[in-house]
Amino acid sequence: MSQTITIDGKEIPFSEGQTIMDAAIAADIYIPHLCHNPDYTPHGSCKLCTVKVNGRNCSACTFPATEGQEIQNQSDELEKDRKRITQMLFVEGNHFCPSCEKTGNCQLQGVAYYLDMHDNHFPHFFANREVDSSHPEILIDHNRCIFCNLCVRASQEKDHKNVFAISGRGINKRLIINSISGQLKDSDIAIDDCAAHICPTGAILIKRTGYQVPIGERIYDKQKIDAVALAKENKDHG
Amino acid sequence: MQTFIQSVIDKYAASTVRLLDILRDIQAEYQHISSPAIELLSSQLNIPRTQIISVIEFYSFLHASPTGKYDILISDSITDLMLDKENLLNYFASQLKLTVGELRSDGLVSLNNTSCTGMCDQGPAGLVNGYALTHLDRPRVDAIVKLVEQQVPVAEWPSEFFQVDDNIHQAGLLLQAPIQAGEGLKASFKRGVQKTLQEIDISGLRGRGGAGFKTAMKWRFCSEEQETERYVVCNADEGEPGTFKDRVLLNSYAHQVFEGMTICASIINAQQGFLYLRGEYLHLYQPLLDILEERRKLNLLGKNILDQQHFNFDIEIRLGCGAYICGEESALIESLEGKRGIPRNRPPYPVSQGYLNKPTVVNNVETFLATAKIAVEGGQWFADIGTEQSKGTKILSISGDCAKSGIYEYPFGTSIAQVLEDCGATDVLGIQVGGPSGTFIDISEDQRKLAFEDLATGGSFIIFNQSRNILDIVKNFTHFFAHESCGFCTPCRVGTALLKKQLDKITDGHGSAGDVVALEELCQLVKNNSHCGLGQTAANPILSTLERYPEHYQKQLKAISYEPGFDLDASLETARRLANRDDAGAHLSQVEED
Repeated sequence: MSQTITIDGKEIPFSEGQTIMDAAIAADIYIPHLCHNPDYTPHGSCKLCTVKVNGRNCSACTFPATEGQEIQNQSDELEKDRKRITQMLFVEGNHFCPSCEKTGNCQLQGVAYYLDMHDNHFPHFFANREVDSSHPEILIDHNRCIFCNLCVRASQEKDHKNVFAISGRGINKRLIINSISGQLKDSDIAIDDCAAHICPTGAILIKRTGYQVPIGERIYDKQKIDAVALAKENKDHG
Repeated sequence: MQTFIQSVIDKYAASTVRLLDILRDIQAEYQHISSPAIELLSSQLNIPRTQIISVIEFYSFLHASPTGKYDILISDSITDLMLDKENLLNYFASQLKLTVGELRSDGLVSLNNTSCTGMCDQGPAGLVNGYALTHLDRPRVDAIVKLVEQQVPVAEWPSEFFQVDDNIHQAGLLLQAPIQAGEGLKASFKRGVQKTLQEIDISGLRGRGGAGFKTAMKWRFCSEEQETERYVVCNADEGEPGTFKDRVLLNSYAHQVFEGMTICASIINAQQGFLYLRGEYLHLYQPLLDILEERRKLNLLGKNILDQQHFNFDIEIRLGCGAYICGEESALIESLEGKRGIPRNRPPYPVSQGYLNKPTVVNNVETFLATAKIAVEGGQWFADIGTEQSKGTKILSISGDCAKSGIYEYPFGTSIAQVLEDCGATDVLGIQVGGPSGTFIDISEDQRKLAFEDLATGGSFIIFNQSRNILDIVKNFTHFFAHESCGFCTPCRVGTALLKKQLDKITDGHGSAGDVVALEELCQLVKNNSHCGLGQTAANPILSTLERYPEHYQKQLKAISYEPGFDLDASLETARRLANRDDAGAHLSQVEED
């Protein structure tokens, strides 16, 4: 007999070793997330995927599914907290959607729309962050980094390199690049590395590809992030 | 430099698990870890330079840019502040002719703040090149300035500057009669180690770090794991401000602590143990090494301990580098592995996948101390004391406004009033029980009890009298958490920084009615969504005082509906200077007059 968990009253199957997120995706249930990508080791840091498991808050992307769990994914409380956490990410960095090439394709923006976020709520940090345009083909705008760690994982797990790392502590956390100068041009990143294309925001961009798709015709201009994410992450959708 | 670094690498057998030790040694020699040093380490250890940089940037005591040949840090604990630390620090800076937080231009000396150094009963306290300084005052500062200017090596400074006292004022079950070295092991072997585990179970002992997990259960879970390589770790990263009892236990009861670890090893079948000692207790490092050596000579460590065939166990001491988060057990394990102290995702728990992903028991210093004595006396002896849910005694570190600060051991169930009477606290306003991550209680609650089911504490007990300002206390604690957040998860990384901003807005007099509501909402958000105990408790100082003293917050507020979080007029200063204007039109009032 297959094992099941219940998400918002709906009973869904799971197999041994799956996380709550894995099971949810397979059952076409969207749990908001930014640092999670099913192709990489779960990280559990953005906390957008916080769900209540038997009454206790857990990160769906790292918490193992076990028989009989009662999970709450959609509630006013969880949605509000997710919105606030997204707002935290917005005020921590410097995100100016209208002037960002990623607008419409940005997962941070997509999640914000999904969560009905209309303002930043919190005071801005106005962090002093740099733009690294040293590389001929790839641009890094640290203003837009949300520390999801996906470029770090992609470089290690798929590209078998170590181009990126997270350094610093607390609010001084920062993305650093593995080269003697600290600049991207001196690293061993290549244009076809997974790490160059994985960024959910506009922090890592490919040069000379900007605005090829006009604003208004981009991913999240056409579909909400829940539908896009499930279509991409649920392998059954083919 | 190359030769020195190579010798350090060799000393630690080029093991990346020892990266923290390697970096500590280089820092001690060159006052920082330079880029060439990082490059050399990267190639010799065969790890990315970013791994080294990210570790350096994580720990407060490691630096990529130079600190002074004399690196002086002053403890920023609330108890130090209550002893006029801020004026003393400024005096120190003026005498050394430098700015706090900066290296003096001649490179000789640097002066900065540091989180609580665990000397709350003998502050104001500090550290010089890692070694604890106590009882700082102006004459002592003058003397230190002179020694620095004359470049007298720290080893030659007067020993009384480094005098650290135990200050045990009340000894109970554990402190009054320590066991003889080997006594616990002998009793345990005689009884049978599994029977000793039963005794620990009977004792009802729960973890003394604060979380209170049943010790026997933790040991049993670990021993039942399939994996045969197992570890015992003693958590001596006593970072909770106001806690210093582990420092005393390691100073005067270290044999018994190591004995507890060894008994644990015999039960769970571990070969290797670690004592993770916070960097602030560097002064204890050599004495503890000496005790370990003595225990090896007594056959209490090493091979076939006390002639038990196949029982081989040894203990290594690893030093922390200034990170409160490493008191969290999974962050501590990461740190032991030479990494940044980021708490792991759980499950798996350390008992099944801990150090090097092997089953690991992590317990507090006081827990191991208790187990050694329980091995001698049996479980009932311990269980007879305390309350139904909290057996035995608890060792408190008492500081703040009282006549006799220091160490007190109490049976669980003792009232706060009793504790206050014993330490000579009068005119009390409130008490921070369990440190900043615990609960701030008002004096009207003095009939409450020390117990897991009422007021749980890892040992911190800070007393404040009526002359103290609640918001000053809360501000110190809130800044502490923002400083110590590891930054892994969004709610804690951004949330603790926002808590600091929002609280400062109110304490600086820019708050209005809505700001307290916003503050409370933020507190709940950080508490409910953070990854680990740090974030989950970081809002406690605000929440527990907002509940008890709302009027102290209200008093700070302006009677308008909204106030910007900054000084409008002051923000125009640059513009005025640029425009060379200072007329009335170049000024703004904070709010429009009605």
